[in-house]
Amino acid sequence: MPTLLDKLWQAHRVASAGGGQDLIHIDRILLHDLSGARALAELAEKGHAIAHPALAFATPDHAVATGPGRTAETFPAGARGVALLREGAARHGIRLFDLGQDGQGIVHVMGPELGIVLPGLTVICGDSHTCTNGGLGALAFGVGSSELAHALATQTLRLAKPKAMRVRFEGAFPLGTTAKDAVLAAIGRLGTGAGAGFAIEWAGSAVRALEVEQRLTLCNLSIEMGARMGFIAPDERVFAWIAGRDYAPRGAAWEAAVAAWRGLASDEDAAFDADHVIDAGAIAPQVTWGTSPEHVIAVDAPIPAPEAAPDPARRKAWADALAYQGLEPGRPLAGTRVDWVFIGSCTNARLSDLREAARMVRGRRVAPGVTAWVVPGSVRVKRAAEEEGLDRVFRDAGFDWREPGCSLCVAANGEAVPPGARCVSTSNRNFVGRQGKGARTHLASPAMAAAAAVTGRITDIRRPF
Amino acid sequence: MQPFTAVTGPAAPLLRPNIDTDVIIRVERLVGTTRASMGAHAFEVWRFRADGSEDPAFVLNRPEFRAAPILLAGPNFGCGSSREGAVWALQGMGVRAVIAPSYSDIFRNNALQNGLLPVVLDEAVVREIAAQVEAAPDRARVTVDLEREVVIAPDGTRHRFAIDPARREALLAGLDDVGLTLRQADAIAAWQQADRAARPWAWQVAAPERR
Ligand code: SF4
Repeated sequence: MPTLLDKLWQAHRVASAGGGQDLIHIDRILLHDLSGARALAELAEKGHAIAHPALAFATPDHAVATGPGRTAETFPAGARGVALLREGAARHGIRLFDLGQDGQGIVHVMGPELGIVLPGLTVICGDSHTCTNGGLGALAFGVGSSELAHALATQTLRLAKPKAMRVRFEGAFPLGTTAKDAVLAAIGRLGTGAGAGFAIEWAGSAVRALEVEQRLTLCNLSIEMGARMGFIAPDERVFAWIAGRDYAPRGAAWEAAVAAWRGLASDEDAAFDADHVIDAGAIAPQVTWGTSPEHVIAVDAPIPAPEAAPDPARRKAWADALAYQGLEPGRPLAGTRVDWVFIGSCTNARLSDLREAARMVRGRRVAPGVTAWVVPGSVRVKRAAEEEGLDRVFRDAGFDWREPGCSLCVAANGEAVPPGARCVSTSNRNFVGRQGKGARTHLASPAMAAAAAVTGRITDIRRPF
Repeated sequence: MQPFTAVTGPAAPLLRPNIDTDVIIRVERLVGTTRASMGAHAFEVWRFRADGSEDPAFVLNRPEFRAAPILLAGPNFGCGSSREGAVWALQGMGVRAVIAPSYSDIFRNNALQNGLLPVVLDEAVVREIAAQVEAAPDRARVTVDLEREVVIAPDGTRHRFAIDPARREALLAGLDDVGLTLRQADAIAAWQQADRAARPWAWQVAAPERR
C-alpha cells in the first residue's frame, strides 16, 4: 500500500512536531558559498552548536569564477562567501571541498559523485535544485537559511508531509531524446505549478531504462515543475554506480545497505494523490522558446502564438516572453541564430553529458560569432573528461574549457551572457535575466546545445547537419 | 533568542502600507554584515538624504523616536523578499515589537524566529494609537504586553490582540524553532540511537583516508 514517499517519510519520522508537522531526521546537509555560509554565520550569531558535523559537507560553487587559474578572489563580490564557508567549516570540523581540491564542484554534482548522497537518505541544501539527488532514490530538497540552521543545530526539520504524485514515462525514448527532453516535455504539458505541494516519483519503463546520471538530470527539474522533491526508486544500476565511491559504505555495512535499499519502491497497489502517464516514444528533442521552463516545444514545432494561450494571464505572459526573446510565433525554433552556448550546470555537466556533447562536436568547429563554454560539473568530471580527451575535442573546436562551478547558469559570479545575446544552455532556468541582464536563454540537452554551437543555429540533431 | 514578556516606550508612527523588505534593508547590506550591524542600515533609503546626511523629517530620526522599541505600521508590513535581514535590521535599531494591521507571511515567520513580536490590531486602532502618540510625541508611552496579550495606548485604553498559544509560549521563553525542537532533544537522541543500529551506513561517513 505505501508509496515510496510514505516509506522514506516513515523511515525518518522522529516524532510529531505539532500543528500538522513532523520532526524529520536529516541524514546529510550540504553547504555552498551563498546559503551555506549564511547559515553557518546565523548559527554562530544565535549561539547554537552543530549537532553532527560529520554529516555535513561543504563546497564553493555559486559565486566563484570558472576561468583558468581562478581563485576565490577572482570574483571579488563572492570572496566573502567563500571565506565565511571556509571559516565556518574549519570552526565546526565540517569537511570542505575547496577550490582547486579533489571533490570540489557544483554541490548537486559532487554529492552523488563522492557517495555522500545515498539511496533512502534525507538530504538538504540551501538550494532548490537539491532535488537532483532524488535520482539516486534519496529524499532530497532545498531549504531556506533558517531551516538550514535548524537542521545543523538539531539534525532535524519540522516539516509537513507533501502529497504524492507519480509521473510515468511509458515506452522507450526515441534516439536523440534524453532525460532533459523528457522532463522539459512533462513540464510543458503539466505546467510549472503542477508539482506544488507534491513530491514527484518519476517512474515508468522509460525511466527504469535510464542511466544513473540521466536520472539525476530528470530529478533536477522536479523543482521546475513546482515540486520541492522528486525521486526515482533506486535499483541495481544505482547500487552498482554508487559501489566503491569515497563515502559509500563498505563491507558488511554495504551489504546491509543494499538489502535495505531493495525495499525502496512504491508498492504495486500504492495510491497516489496525482498520477500522470506520458508516452515516452512521442517525445522529440525539446527547446524552450520563452522565459519559463513550461514555455517549451519540440525543436521542429512552431513557436506558439499568444492567442493560443489557455487563459488571459498566460496570453500576456507568452506575449511578454516572445518580446523578451525576440521571437515570432508560427516558425519553428530550428534555424534560429544563436550567439552563445553554455554546456554546464547541475542539470547537465556530468561526464555522460560531456560525452554526448563531444559526439556532436568531434571534427567540427564552433560557428563564427558564437561563444561556446563547457563548464564541467566537478573536479572529478573535469579530470575524467580530460583523461578521455574530451577537453581536446572541445578546445580544438573552439570551446572554452573551464573550471567547475555554476557559472552561466546563475550569472552571480562575474560571468554572464551579454544583453540581447541568445544562448542555448543545458541548465534549468530560462527566467528573464537569469543568465545575465537581457540575456535570452533556450534550455536544451547537451547534444542539442553542442549542435547549436557548431552550426550557429538551433539545430534538430535527428537530421544530418 | 531574547525572551519577550512586555515592553513599554515610545512608539514610532510609520503608517504607510506595504513597507517592503527592500526599504527595510537593501540587499547589498546583507552580504558580509552581522545581524547587529544591520541596524545602521535600516530604512536607509528614507533615513538618509542623497548626500549621506540624516533627513530630520523622517520619523525615526526625530529625537523622541530614535530609540523607540515599538513601530506602528500600515498594512502588509514586510512584504517582498524572504530576507531575514529585514528583521535583524529592525532589531539592530532597537525595535522589539511592531503593531500593524497585517504582515507578509514570511516576514511574520522570520520575526517570530527572532523574537520580534508582530502584533496585529485593526487599522483604525493603529491609527488611533498613532494619533495619540503624535499629540504628545515626547511623553506618549505605549505598552505591548505579551503575557496579557494586550496593547496599552498612551491614554490607557487596552486593546487585546491574539497570538498562537505555542508561539506565545515560545516567545515568552525565548525559544525559536531550534529552541522548540531542542525541547524534544531526548526523543531525537533516542530515535537516533536506534537508527544508528538500524542504518549504520547512514552514519558511517568517515573520510576515506581515515577508514
Ligand atoms: S548550477 Fe545553477 S541550478 Fe545548479 S546549483 Fe548552480 S546555480 Fe543552482
